[in-house]
Amino acid sequence: MHMADALISPAAGGAMWAATAGLIAYSSKKVREEMDDGKVPLMGVLGAFIFAAQMINFTIPATGSSGHLGGGMILAVLLGPYAAFLTIASVITVQALFFADGGLLALGCNIFNMGFWPCFVTYPFIFRPIFNGPATQTQGRMLTGAMLACVVGLQLGAFSVVLETLFSGISELPFGTFVLMMQPIHLAIGIVEGFVTAAVVGFVWKARPELVTHDSNPTYASPNNMRPVLIGLLICAVITGAALSWFASANPDGLEWAMFKTSSHEELANPEKGIHASLLHLQKKTAFLPDYGFKADGAEPKAEAESTPSWPAVSAGTSVAGLVGGALTLFLAVIIGLGLKRRGNHSK
Amino acid sequence: MLNIDRNLFDIGRMDTLAMGDTPLHHLDPRAKLMTTLAFIVAVVSFGKYELSAMIPFFIFPLAQIAKGDLPFMYLLRKVMIVAPFALFIGIFNPLIDRETLFRLGSIHISGGWISYLSILMRFALTVMAALTLIALTGFNTVCLALEKLGVPRPFVVQLLFLYRYLFVLTDEAARLARARSLRVFESNGMGFKPFASMVGHLLLRTLDRAQRIHIAMCCRGFEGHIPILRPMRFGIREIRYMTFWAMVFALLRFYNLPMQMGLLITRLFT
Repeated sequence: MHMADALISPAAGGAMWAATAGLIAYSSKKVREEMDDGKVPLMGVLGAFIFAAQMINFTIPATGSSGHLGGGMILAVLLGPYAAFLTIASVITVQALFFADGGLLALGCNIFNMGFWPCFVTYPFIFRPIFNGPATQTQGRMLTGAMLACVVGLQLGAFSVVLETLFSGISELPFGTFVLMMQPIHLAIGIVEGFVTAAVVGFVWKARPELVTHDSNPTYASPNNMRPVLIGLLICAVITGAALSWFASANPDGLEWAMFKTSSHEELANPEKGIHASLLHLQKKTAFLPDYGFKADGAEPKAEAESTPSWPAVSAGTSVAGLVGGALTLFLAVIIGLGLKRRGNHSK
Repeated sequence: MLNIDRNLFDIGRMDTLAMGDTPLHHLDPRAKLMTTLAFIVAVVSFGKYELSAMIPFFIFPLAQIAKGDLPFMYLLRKVMIVAPFALFIGIFNPLIDRETLFRLGSIHISGGWISYLSILMRFALTVMAALTLIALTGFNTVCLALEKLGVPRPFVVQLLFLYRYLFVLTDEAARLARARSLRVFESNGMGFKPFASMVGHLLLRTLDRAQRIHIAMCCRGFEGHIPILRPMRFGIREIRYMTFWAMVFALLRFYNLPMQMGLLITRLFT
C-alpha cells in the first residue's frame, strides 16, 4: 500500500504533506499535553516492535501465501490514537528513508492512508464502541471490533490510494479498474489483519489485562474532541479535491493530446472545454506549480510528436533529436560523475 | 530468517556509509534535506509524457554518489529491490493509452509507453535521491535537521527512539524465529496460532523493555524530551551548495537541454 513518488504529482503530494503535517503537529501537542513521559519510550519501542513483527511471516490458511502484521490497530489499542499516529508515522518514515518503501514526497500520502484511518476513524468510531459497549468486554466483542476496524480502515486506506493516484494523473489506470483491483485485495488483507490484531491483542489481554482495558483514561479520543480535527480535514479535503480536479482535467489525455499536436495552442483547439479556459486564470493563481499542466504536458510533447516520416530523413525529426540528445546527456552525466569520482580519489 | 538478518545488515550498512569523511558528509543536514526535497519536487512536477527533459536530472544523484564516495552498485541494487511496485502500477499505462505519440521510422510508439518509461525514470530518480540523502547524512542527523526545521519535538524524539530500538527488537524477532525454525521439521511457514503467540510474546517483552528503559531514563534525569546538543552551522558552504543545485534544477526544469543538444547534432548531419 506504499505509494511511490513516481506516481504522484507535486500538488497531490504537497496537499497530503500539509494534511499529515497538521495531524502530526496536533498529535504531538496532544501527546505533550498528556505529560506521561513513560509513554515516550513506550511509543519508540512499540514502533520498533512493529518493524520487528513485520519481519516475521506466517502462512495464511488455505491459500499458501504468507502475510505479516500491519500493526496500526494494535498501536491504537495500546497507545491511544495520538501516540499511535505518531508511532505509525515514524515507522513509515523509516521505511521510506531506508528501504525506499514509498517515496519522500509520497510520505504525506502514505502516513495519511495508513495512519489517519486506523487511528482517528476506525479505532474511536468502530473498535471502541464495540469493545467498550454496555456489556462486559469479551473476546468475541474484541474480535468483532478488531476485524471490522481493520477491514474498514484498510478499505478507506486503499480507496485513498486510488484517489491520490487518480488526482495525480500520472498513471493511466481508470478509476473503476483501479478500485476493482485495490478494494478486494485489501478486503482480504483487512480480514487477515483483523485476525492477527485480535489474536495479538487477545494474547496481551490475557497476560497483562491492564494494558488493553484502560478506557477510563479520559485522554483517549472520544468522538467529541475529534470533531474539530475531522471538520478541518474535511474542509482541507474539499479544497484540495476541488483544486486537484482542475489539474486532473486540464491535463490532456492521450486522445485529446493527439488532436492538439498540429495546432499551436491547446485552448484554441479545445472549444468544447471552454469552461477550462475561464478557469485557467483562476488555476494559474491557485496552482502549486502553475505551468505543470501546460508547458510540460502541452508544449513539449507536442514538439516531440512532430514525428519523422521515415528513419533517414531526420531534418525535422525532433523526436530523433530528443533521443539523441537524451542519450548524449546521460552519457555526459556518467562522464561527469566518473570525473568527480576520480578527482575525489586524487585529492585523498 | 535470512531476510531479517539481511534487512538489519542493510540499515547498518547505510549508517556506516553516513560515517564517511567527504565534504558532502560534513555539510549541514538541513541543506541536504532541503536540496533533496527540491530535487524530488522538480522531478515529479514534469508532465507525464516527459522523458528527455528528465534525463539530465540524473546528474544530481550521480554527482552525490561520486563526491560522497558511495558504492553505486549497492545503491542501484536497493533501487531494484523496490522497483516492482512502479513496474506493476505503471504497466497499465501502455495497455490503456495506445494513442501513437511519435514514430521512429516504421515503429510507432504509443503515449502509454512514453508515460511508462517516464514513471520508471521518475522512480529511479526519486528513490536514488532519497537513498543518497540517508547514505550521506545518517538517520540521527536527519532527525536533528528535522527538529531544527520545526518538526514537533515529540515526533522527532519518537523517530530517534524508534531507530535506536529497531536493531534490538529486530534481533529479538530474528532470535525467536530462528529458535522456532530449528525446532520444526517441515519448513513451509508458520501457522497462525504460533505466529500470534510468538508476536504476543515479543510484544510483552517489548513492553517490559519499555518500562525498564523508562526507569533507567528517569534515573538519568529524563523530563519528556531528549536534549540535543550537537551544534549545526549553516554557513557559506551550505548556501553555495543549495544555490548551485537550485539553479541547476531550475535550468533543467525549464529548458529541455537534451532536446536542444539533439537538435543541434541532428542539424549537423543534415
